[in-house]
Amino acid sequence: MTENLSQCMMRMVETDYKLADYQSDIQPRWCVGCGDTAILTAMQKLMREEQLAPEKTVAVSGIGCSSRLPHYLNAYGFHGIHGRALPVAEGVKIRRPDLNVFVTTGDGDCTSIGAAHWIHAIRYNMNLTVLLHDNQIYGLTKKQASPTSPVGQKSNTTPRGSLLLPLNPLSVTLGVANVSFVAQAVDWIPDLLFDILKKAYHHKGLSFVRVLQRCPEFMEHRFDAYVRDPSKMRILTHGNGLRLTPEVSRVYKNQETHDPLNMGRALEIAAIADEIPVGIIYNDPSVPTYDDLRRGERPSTPALVETVLREEFDKVTIWPDGAEPMAAE
Amino acid sequence: MATKAGQAVIEEQPEAPAQRPAVVLSEQIIEIVSDSGEGAQRCGQSFGAIAARSGNGIWTVEIIPAEIQPPHRSVAGASGNRVRFASGPVTNGGNEADLVVAFNEQVLLSRLHAGEIKPGGIILIESKWKTDRSADIAASYTKVVEDIRAQGFRVYEVPMEVECLKLVPDPRKGKNMFVLGILCGIYSLDEALARAQVARIFGKKDQKIIDANVELLNAGRAWAEANLDLRFLVPAKRATEPQVVMNGNSALALGVVASGMEVCAMYPITPATSTSHYLSNIFEKVGCVVHQAEDEIAACAFAIGASYAGKCSVTVTSGPGLSLKQEALGLAVMAEIPLVVINVQRGGPSTGLPTKVEQGDLMASIYGGHGDAPKVVMAVSTIEDCFYSVITARKIAETFNMVVIVLSDASLATAQQPFARPEFREDWLAPPVNQSAVPEDARPYDWDARTGIATRFIPGQPNGMHCLTGLAHDRDSHVAYDPEINEEGLLNRSRKLAALQTTLRLPPLCGEDSGDMLLLGWGSTLGAIEEAVSILRAEGLAVSSLHLKFLQPMASGIGDVMKRFKHVMTIENNWNDPLSDPLITPENRRYSHLALLLRSRYLVDIDCWGNARGQPLKPTAIAAAVRTRLGKE
Repeated sequence: MTENLSQCMMRMVETDYKLADYQSDIQPRWCVGCGDTAILTAMQKLMREEQLAPEKTVAVSGIGCSSRLPHYLNAYGFHGIHGRALPVAEGVKIRRPDLNVFVTTGDGDCTSIGAAHWIHAIRYNMNLTVLLHDNQIYGLTKKQASPTSPVGQKSNTTPRGSLLLPLNPLSVTLGVANVSFVAQAVDWIPDLLFDILKKAYHHKGLSFVRVLQRCPEFMEHRFDAYVRDPSKMRILTHGNGLRLTPEVSRVYKNQETHDPLNMGRALEIAAIADEIPVGIIYNDPSVPTYDDLRRGERPSTPALVETVLREEFDKVTIWPDGAEPMAAE
Repeated sequence: MATKAGQAVIEEQPEAPAQRPAVVLSEQIIEIVSDSGEGAQRCGQSFGAIAARSGNGIWTVEIIPAEIQPPHRSVAGASGNRVRFASGPVTNGGNEADLVVAFNEQVLLSRLHAGEIKPGGIILIESKWKTDRSADIAASYTKVVEDIRAQGFRVYEVPMEVECLKLVPDPRKGKNMFVLGILCGIYSLDEALARAQVARIFGKKDQKIIDANVELLNAGRAWAEANLDLRFLVPAKRATEPQVVMNGNSALALGVVASGMEVCAMYPITPATSTSHYLSNIFEKVGCVVHQAEDEIAACAFAIGASYAGKCSVTVTSGPGLSLKQEALGLAVMAEIPLVVINVQRGGPSTGLPTKVEQGDLMASIYGGHGDAPKVVMAVSTIEDCFYSVITARKIAETFNMVVIVLSDASLATAQQPFARPEFREDWLAPPVNQSAVPEDARPYDWDARTGIATRFIPGQPNGMHCLTGLAHDRDSHVAYDPEINEEGLLNRSRKLAALQTTLRLPPLCGEDSGDMLLLGWGSTLGAIEEAVSILRAEGLAVSSLHLKFLQPMASGIGDVMKRFKHVMTIENNWNDPLSDPLITPENRRYSHLALLLRSRYLVDIDCWGNARGQPLKPTAIAAAVRTRLGKE
């Protein structure tokens, strides 16, 4: 442990990661104006600020526009299959507490095909930073309604408008046992997106950040009213939550002091329909993490394996000399 | 003793049958069946353990109802154990039972209906039902006993609960130990070994409980000696080397530990779960994790994530779970992440026969995914094989960065068989996770031109950063839709299988290396097939068998072996269309899995025999099928 720490310290001294160090050699292929770009930028800024070693960082994603993000980040990336980013990330983390693991997932990936994993990931509360890129539409498959699409949303599968009320990812997440961190950000306030992401990164446990993002291609005017009118944004502040810079405070005057430990108010905030709350909605750092609970008391060594195998074989061994070890006990 | 009626009547104190010398037999098959929860399974397992410790070869088979608490006294609810024990090694559950102990007439009927009792065989049945308060039950019991006597079975009515009541307040809880005592008496098993077995079962409990059960055991033996004219001996010879006795699922679990894998992700599914139960008990002791995921897909994805960031991981499942994992397995193939999948097969399709055996997943294992997804598929055929195959699977998975599917089945899952106690070797274990810097110019998919293998980069390795993807990708792991690049990936992933294939050796034949009929098999049918071969060869038929361990890829030389036989037939515990069906022709016949694979590979007219009745194939049934095919009936 001390050795790891000293290596880490040496690295801090030796290297000074720049923003460019977190850019992969692939140019993002998102549409112009896509909210994914803001999220990628916020992540890269976070990595620079925290001086995260790219080799010690893993970004896991599923499938969809948002899930292309790991390709554009200079880190280890895992662009897997639709809906399964969370269990993959859990597997990555279970034996590797030394890795910083981010999950980028979309509203279809997380709240539809991967919904079961989402619920259980919250309950496991592993030390992961999860970014739900919620543009309320399927983009990569060309405009189908998603579980978070508003009622009446016209799409290729709902040509006369979607019929069902949207699922609220914040309320759902807050309702799961062991929830420990829920926040909401929007792609058009990058400063707050960064601040929230930073809080999420430092949270021990699963931090779930829903980022409302614009899809210029299929949901062109979805958030126009909110982008134009800052008063429609409700900014949550607290000593244990966001602290606003004067610049942000000046523009976003609709503020609420909200204690992130207050679950009752958190549920109310999550359900606000006419405004978009931004900030740390819930944060309980005391919830145990599954990775800690499952951490072995001792590392696996050949000697340990040999010992345990011997013990197990002893229980079922017939010895040639007829000795009955169990009877002798 | 009123032996004419074949019935033990306690009131008439008979001559002392215990004085008679035991009849020496080379092998016996016994079954103990009861309602679920009455302890027949424990009785059978204990009997098997005592026989094994005496030095008999054994093979035990669990008789399992699908429900936890099926209705009492029902044909479908029969629960228990079959024990085949012999003077020499035993490789399968054998044919019909020689002796059956039934706790009521309904569970006995289930064994009779299944044709599992030898004509004229010995039946010991709890007699309390004869005087049951319910006239229906008493009548049902009496009728069944009369019927089976008329059919020629040797029936002994045993007052189990009446006898147990003399010793314990609740006879239902001690009956199985009383019966164990009876069986030890009948088969002349060592008293000290039997007592030690009881102590082993109740080891964690109070000495009083052990003593009470030993009393029941002794009472059973004494009762048998006083009242039964049955006294047999299956001579035993202790092995000269230490042997371990366990079932297939335990052997798989110990194999996981011995392989050095550190993460097992699973979702409960019969009949695979007991592997994870056992592993859950011991894996943390070696610093490792069994993760019960929220579903089969998550279990697979979790294992893939753990493999990606560390040592090769394992997921344990059965058929329906394998189907659910297929997309994730495709990802592991595409991204070249090592993974071991243990599939303890059961009857399918759909929920099928959850507790019963079938070799129905071979094709799903090889071809179940979409697109071209080369995976290694190997099958285990003995309990010992369960242990060592997991070690081999892990090595192959990590050497080739491939998915390795290990096929076991419901028969091996619960069957117990002794094998030589393994001697631990450090080279079984996975090497430490490589965290050294990757050379500056290295690429994550720098496929070797000869083997197709690329050294994988593991998170934490400096300079190794890349984005792994399930999309078609080039050597840099960059998404690429270019036809040449896609083809290069396909070629290299396939090439790894060919490279592995060059290292495989064909298993030895059972029988002569040429003749009239070659039987080909895989998996748990090994013992039954080889026993059938020895039966047939004793009759003078030129029959041999070859049992495959690797199904994908297959070792070279199978074609040459087949050429030396006039007929080739696979023996498989899965479906094939019977040619006797008027609709079935050689053109539309659906063949068993291995037969189909070999027909396509070798262009040989390979026949197949077997069934998917949910029961292990019997040696005599295999032998009969071969005689029919050879026209030697």
